[in-house]
Order: sequence, then C-alpha cells, then structure tokens
Amino acid sequence: MADQTSPLPLAGGAGGGSDHAHIPSPNPSRKREGDYLRFRDDAAADEPAVSLDAFFEQPNAVSVRIEAGDDPERLIPFLDRVKLIEVDFPKFRDGRGFSTARILREAGYTGEIKATGEVLVDLVWFLRRCGFDSFAPNVAIDPAVLESVLARYPYVYQHAEDGAVPIWQLRHPELARG
Amino acid sequence: MYKYDHYDQAMVDARVEDFRDQTRRRLAGQMTDDQFKPLRLKNGLYLQLHAYMLRIAIPYGTLDSRQLRKLAHIARTYDRGYGHFTTRQNLQFHWIKLEQAPDILAELAEVEMHCIQTSGESIRNISADHYAGAAADEIMDPRPWAEMLRQMTTFHPEFSYLPRKFKICVIAAEEDRAAMRWHDFGLRIVKNPNDDGAGEIGFEVYPGGGMGRTPFIAYKARDFVPQHQIFSYLQAVLRVWNRHARRDNIHKQRMKILVHELGEEEFTRQVEAEFQRILTLKTDFPQAEYDRIAAYFEPPAFESGLPDEIDRSDPDFAVWVDQQVAEHKAPGYAIANISLKKIGGIGGDITAEQMEVVADLAERYSFDELRVAHTQNLVLPHVRKQDLYEIWQTLREAELADANLDLVTDIIACPGLDYCSLANARSIPVAQKIAERFANHERQQDIGELKIKISGCINACGHHHAGHIGILGVDRKGTENYQLLLGGSGDEHTTQAKITGPGFTEDGVVDAVERAVERYREIREPGERFLDTYRRVGMDGFKEAIYG
Repeated sequence: MADQTSPLPLAGGAGGGSDHAHIPSPNPSRKREGDYLRFRDDAAADEPAVSLDAFFEQPNAVSVRIEAGDDPERLIPFLDRVKLIEVDFPKFRDGRGFSTARILREAGYTGEIKATGEVLVDLVWFLRRCGFDSFAPNVAIDPAVLESVLARYPYVYQHAEDGAVPIWQLRHPELARG
Repeated sequence: MYKYDHYDQAMVDARVEDFRDQTRRRLAGQMTDDQFKPLRLKNGLYLQLHAYMLRIAIPYGTLDSRQLRKLAHIARTYDRGYGHFTTRQNLQFHWIKLEQAPDILAELAEVEMHCIQTSGESIRNISADHYAGAAADEIMDPRPWAEMLRQMTTFHPEFSYLPRKFKICVIAAEEDRAAMRWHDFGLRIVKNPNDDGAGEIGFEVYPGGGMGRTPFIAYKARDFVPQHQIFSYLQAVLRVWNRHARRDNIHKQRMKILVHELGEEEFTRQVEAEFQRILTLKTDFPQAEYDRIAAYFEPPAFESGLPDEIDRSDPDFAVWVDQQVAEHKAPGYAIANISLKKIGGIGGDITAEQMEVVADLAERYSFDELRVAHTQNLVLPHVRKQDLYEIWQTLREAELADANLDLVTDIIACPGLDYCSLANARSIPVAQKIAERFANHERQQDIGELKIKISGCINACGHHHAGHIGILGVDRKGTENYQLLLGGSGDEHTTQAKITGPGFTEDGVVDAVERAVERYREIREPGERFLDTYRRVGMDGFKEAIYG
C-alpha cells in the first residue's frame, strides 16, 4: 500500500476519483442485510467462508471466518492459500477483531479482510486503519455519513496497517520510519 | 508547557466536528442511545442523575492561565458557574446540555484542550506527578513522555474498543505523589540499573493495578524498558489484554483481572513475546521527536540570587506556608499548593471567579503555569518565595487559603449519590461532616498527615482502597451504610486498605473515624504518622477503639 496521510477516499464522493477504492452497489446475491463496502480492486472471493476449525480440515478452502475469541495466529502458517478472512464483531463494543486484523497484516497477509456483524459507521475509520478492506455489516450504513466519517481526520498519530504516515514522521520528513 | 502545532490543532478541531456530527445524528434519531453511548463516553460525556456531565482532559495535570480562564467562561456560560477537579487531574462540569456539548468542545479547542478519551473503554488521559518539573527529587521532568504517550494513544486504531478503561501514570521520582501503582499501567522513569552508570533513560513498568470493586496493586513487570521502546511495550500490553480479556462480564474486564487470572509470570511472558514482535514493526517515535516535545518542557528562566528566606511575621501566613508550600529545585523558589478543601465545601469544586483568581496568580507569579493534583487541589509550581505573602493574601480574599494539605480535612470524595447514577450512597456530606468535626487547625496539625478517601460505591472513584482511612458507601437494605477501612496508601509503599468490620450509619462513621484518630494519638510513637502507627500495630491495635 502506498503511503498516504489520510484514509482512502471513496469513489464518487467529494474526495472521489481515486483509483484506490470503490464502493460497489450492494451485492444483490448477498442474503445479509445492509451494505457490502469493498475497498479493493481485485475480484472478491466467491466461496463462502468456513469456520477456522473447518478451514483446517478443508485443504482447498480459501475463505475463512474468525469469530471473536478465535486465535488468529493459528491461521498464520496457512495465509498463502487464503483469499478472504471474515472477522466477526458480535457486538460493536467487542474490539478483539481490531487486534485480529493487525496480527494478520503484520504476518504479511495481503488478501481481503472483511468485517462482519455489528459494524457501526463510526468504527470504519479505525477498522480501515487496522487493515480491514471490506465491510458487510448487519446494520445499515448511510453512504453520506460514511464518506464524512472517513474524511474527517486529516492525520494520524501512529503507524498502523493503512500506510498512513504518522504526525511525528510528518514533523521530521528527514527521518526514515522508526 | 506543550503547545499544539498545526497537526495537533487539526486533530482536535476534527474531533469537534466528529462529535458535532455524532450528536446531530443522535438527536435526529439516526442512532440509538445504546449506539451513541460509547461515542459520547469516548468524548467524556456521561449521563448522570440530573444532567450530562462533561469531563475535560487536563493532560498530566498541566494548565496555563488562558486555559483556566476558558474553563471559567465555560462554567459561567454552559454550567452553573463552577467546575470540579477530579482524581485524574481532569475537570468536569455536572450540569451540561447534550446539544451544547459540541459548542463547548469548540471553545476548548480554541485553547488547545479537548475531551478525547476522558471516559469510556479507552486509553484515558495520562496522569503524572503534579510536582513534575519543580520537584527537587525527580531525575527528569516526566511530562515529555506523558505528552508523547498522549499523542501516540490518541485515536489508536487497534485499541479503540478496549475491554474496559485503561489508565496510565508517569512519574520520575522515588517518592510517588501520583498513586502510580494504582493505575492499569504505571511508569517510573529511571536510569538503566545495568549500564554501569552510563545513565541511559528508560522505564520501570508496572501493569495490572486499579481500584474498583476488585482492587489490585500494579506489579513490576520489568526493571527497565529503554525509553525509545516504551510505545512498543505499551502496545504489547494492550494487545495481550485486548485479545484475552473476558468480554462477558463488564466487572471482570479490567486488565488487572486478566493479570490476576493468568498470573504475573504468564502475563509478563505473553507481553514479552508480543513486545519482541511489535518492536520489529518500528512504530516507536525517534529521538528527534522526543527532543521537539521535550523543548516545550525546558525549565522556565528561573532568576538567580533571590532571597531564600520567607518573612513569617504574619502568624496566619506562617501557618499557610508551613502546610501548603513545598520545596522547589531552584533556590529562591517554592511550590505553592492551593487547597480546594474548604471546611464545609465540596472537595475539588471551584467557582468561575476563583478560577480567574488562580489564573491571574499563575500568570503573574508562576511562569503562567498551573497543576492539578490527583488529590483535587491546585498547584502553583514555580513561585518566588518573596511573592508568597502576596499570593497568600490574594488566595485568602478568594477563600482559597485553607492550610490543610495532606491533613485530616484534605479529603478525597467522589461525587457520590448527589450526582452519580452509579452511587449507592452519598460521599460529599460524609466528607463535610468529617471536615467539620476536625475543623480546628491545631487539632489537625497535631494529628498530622492523614489521608481520608471516600467512595459512594464499590467502583472506588474516591480511592477508598488507598486511604490511610477509607470509607466506602454501600446500600444496605435500602439505607446508606458506610464501611470503614484502614491502612491504604498510594505512595511509593503502596498498600490496600482493609475493612475494619461491620459498617456504620452516616453519623456513625464520622464518630468511628474520630475514635480511630484518637486511638492513634494515644498509641503513636514520636514522629509516627497515622499510617505508620497502623502499620506497626495492625488492625488489632485499632479495632477495639473503633467498635468498643
């Protein structure tokens, strides 16, 4: 991912025109209510995600679902064959999925990480920073609100998984990271 | 003190608009109160018994006159003309209207203040020694590190929805004036004990403390974390907790519970493994950024050749000096403590007019700097000794010249059932009755240092676990009942107070405190404080006197 100082803008919005991202229309084949937001350009995996335990029993599985409380590190040796990881948020206050995504990204995973469950619009900016790049919430997300939420913070204070350059580094452009 | 640059300002301004939008969506019915609650809590807005309460961050307890005047303005314009300093060095207003909260944030942003992460399940405002930069015994000013950690923990994406709140404290002296080991993550700045005197700066780290209904004192997990690895270490601690804490019972989700359940050794092992991994990500800030921030905390331009003597010819002034003035590292200077514990008043409360008086004093006499102590008092950190008499006269006119620092009437009490929806019992009237009982200054001085701390419920906001004498209000069959505790401390020899026995009525607990104090006076040895005597004789030495 390229370095950037603000979250990815949404195509078609005020900050649109980006070739980094787009919001597809809600996928009519999905049974889940609400919108499916995807910030990737590659083709989405069309296999339904299986549970972590089932994934280990199915050598051909490429989509896997991590429930809150599952240990994402079990997946690390198998990331090469994974195309989609769903991370569930049973309640929006349950923040374990934030660490899950970071651990997967830190391990080098570049495929899709999708947040499912009670993903409220005010979480999306934080989730994007942790490495989530698609969202299939079971609650409605107003695209206009999402757009303003994602555009709200012009900077970040720390490195994460979105490539954003932290403020301290902007203050010292002469320095390399770390 | 630290000044925002355009980056810091942009982030705080963005938060104002963020919260304005969240409030608008809530008021328009676009989200439920359940969904709005964590958003407003992350911005310090609680719904209490009678109104909203707004908690304003005062990072590491440092303020300037412009900021305090703004708080006075907010008190007058949006509240009832007063504010309340808290045990986390913050200020809160208790009579706020939801629809005005965004405007208050905008006013605060004008003076580089905010309410970010002052409540909710987030990394809270970072506290520090209130004598930082002035104390003779510190190895350095801890506030540059507190400011670094403030920035690095602001909107940290991974730790946005933690299991519970997370409190950090930074000190840099042997003496602990900030109750460091009662925090989720306590830090003491030290020189590397193993580098043969080279003097490398780093941190002793103490995770796992906290009060609440299940109190634990933080344990030392490491003698030394090098200074430029502390953010990695902190992230490791947070990640282990965020991943493994219980999520099924809000009363068992603080990090101290996980530390207790895993054991200190296993928790440390997991943190160390995560720490080594996170170090490789190179997320720590560099020396150049530390230097930039530390420059804001350079000592002010102290004058040399000032008189070191204080004219004590006015006996009332001498009483105040003896109680309220502490040693400063620069000759001719002193640290002046301002009591917010007027007998019969509400501890920590201050009117808008008093805020303006204190702001004027800070501007005129203390290099425009003020501190908030966790004991809910204020501090003028850098005053010339020759100015103390004028300062005292001004304070006296503003009814701020009480001389009771660390004495029996310098009581910490939570807002209790007078304000708080969680409370089981009132705290403020108990504190007032105890203060009135011991109002006589000679009697207070004879008793000496005695820290009474009162909580109106088991959540322990009044720090009763750390009181030399603690009082815990509980609901007993529909009536308020008070348990008495002895022997707690938040100093460098941190201890948890123990319950004496059966509880008391409101008046009964005041009498019981007096009996404990009188027992101490009977059996103390020369030079012993109440806490020292308790530690020598134990609960048995007091129990009979208390219960007869």
